[in-house]
Order: sequence, then structure tokens, then C-alpha cells
Amino acid sequence: MNWLLVVAGAMVGAPLRFLTDRFVQARHDTVFPWGTCAVNVVGSLILGLLTGAATAGAAPPHVRLLLGTGLCGALTTYSTFSYETFRLAADGARRYAALNIGLSLAAGLAAACAGVALGHAL
Amino acid sequence: MDERARRPLPWQGEWPVIGAVSVGGAIGATARYGAALIWPTAGPAFPWTTLLVNVVGCALMGVLMVLVTEVWTAHRLLRPFLGTGILGGFTTFSTYTVDIERLLSAGRPTLALAYLAGTLLAALAAVALAGSATRTFFGLRRRTA
Repeated sequence: MNWLLVVAGAMVGAPLRFLTDRFVQARHDTVFPWGTCAVNVVGSLILGLLTGAATAGAAPPHVRLLLGTGLCGALTTYSTFSYETFRLAADGARRYAALNIGLSLAAGLAAACAGVALGHAL
Repeated sequence: MDERARRPLPWQGEWPVIGAVSVGGAIGATARYGAALIWPTAGPAFPWTTLLVNVVGCALMGVLMVLVTEVWTAHRLLRPFLGTGILGGFTTFSTYTVDIERLLSAGRPTLALAYLAGTLLAALAAVALAGSATRTFFGLRRRTA
């Protein structure tokens, strides 16, 4: 049952990441990976909310497996984040590479902290 | 309405790719969940499992991208399935940021910083080294642009 919850969440999370990236690329003509950055920040916020709600006893384990381990885990990605950062640096866009690291980490961490605080307050 | 006609919606004509990403994502997430069950991280401990999952996923991404862009003439669903799906579903950014938050609120800022920087540096090194190792293995010249 637990495995099925993770599978179900991931089957939605991964294509959502793909579609977000497609959507962003179709509308913004830039080398900066806004799509990956956006899903990583949003996923951090949702997982933060779930984690905060769990410590307050408001998010049961099966919800955390479905939405946390499954959905948020598959919505967010470290492999594409680091590949895109590496590609930017290797292609000579070092400032974009540094900006991608700084923005993803700062916004992702801020989103996670805000999510935990909000989830705890619920 | 005209705007919509000119710009196709992101899922139009992409159902096979969406399906491949979805199934791949489920496989990757299942592997990550399995790793977390085998090697759980308790309380304010250093999240080794998530770090290793992310670094291994980045190394595999480095290999895959050289294979699909420089070695193989890959089927159009292979990169979405393996890269966006399996490796995207296997690695995670949200667990990484929430882990850092957990270490910070547990009063372990040094450990949080070590985890933040350690994952980042190891992940970037993994992508770069795995990519160049793959290139060396197939006798390819270093890509310059």
C-alpha cells in the first residue's frame, strides 16, 4: 500500500515537472532554467508544509507518502538542477550558473522554512 | 483565443512523452523510497541517504546526457523516460531543502551547511566527472561548446 502511494504521487509529480518546463520554455526565450527552479521551489514549499503539519499531527503518514515522498520527490529534481548548472558553466554562462545555484538554494530553502512554519501553525 | 491558437498547450501532442516521464518518475521515486527504508535517517542525523541518492542520480545523468547527445541516436522517448522520468523521480530537491531546515531547527547549523555545500559540490562534480569519463570510454573528444 505504501509503495502504491509513492508510485501514484510520482506518476503525477514527474509529468508536472516536465510540463512546467515545457510551458516555461515555450514562453520565455532564455537559457536560464526557470522551469526547474520553479518546480524545486514549489516542491520545497509543499514538502515543508507537509513536514510542519506532520509535527503538529495534522498530516497522517499515508498523505506524506503520497504527496511528500511521491509527488514532491518526483516534482523536484537534483539531477536536472545540477546538469543544467553544469551545462551553463561549461557553455560559458558562468554568471547564469552561479545565479541558478544561488536562486534555487535561497528560494528553495526559504520556501521549505516558510512551509514548515505555516504547516506547524495550521 | 487567437493567442491560444498560436501557442499550443504544453501537453498537446506530448502524450507518449508524458506517459514515459510518468512511468519513469514512478520507478525512480520507488527506488528512492526503497533506499530511505533500507537506510533511514533519524532525527538530527546527517542525511547520508538523500545525499547519496542525489549524487548517484547526478552521476547517472552525466553519463546519460553524453550517451544521448554524443554517442547514440536515441529513440525520442529514451531521454524523457530515463532522464526526466527515472533520474528526475529518483533525485529530489524538496527533501534536500527540508532536510536543511530540519538540521537548522535542531540547532545544528554546521551540519546543515556541510550538508548543503557537500550535496551541491558532490552533485556538480558527479555530473562533470561521469560525463567526461563516459566521453573517454567512448573515445570522444572533449565537448567545448
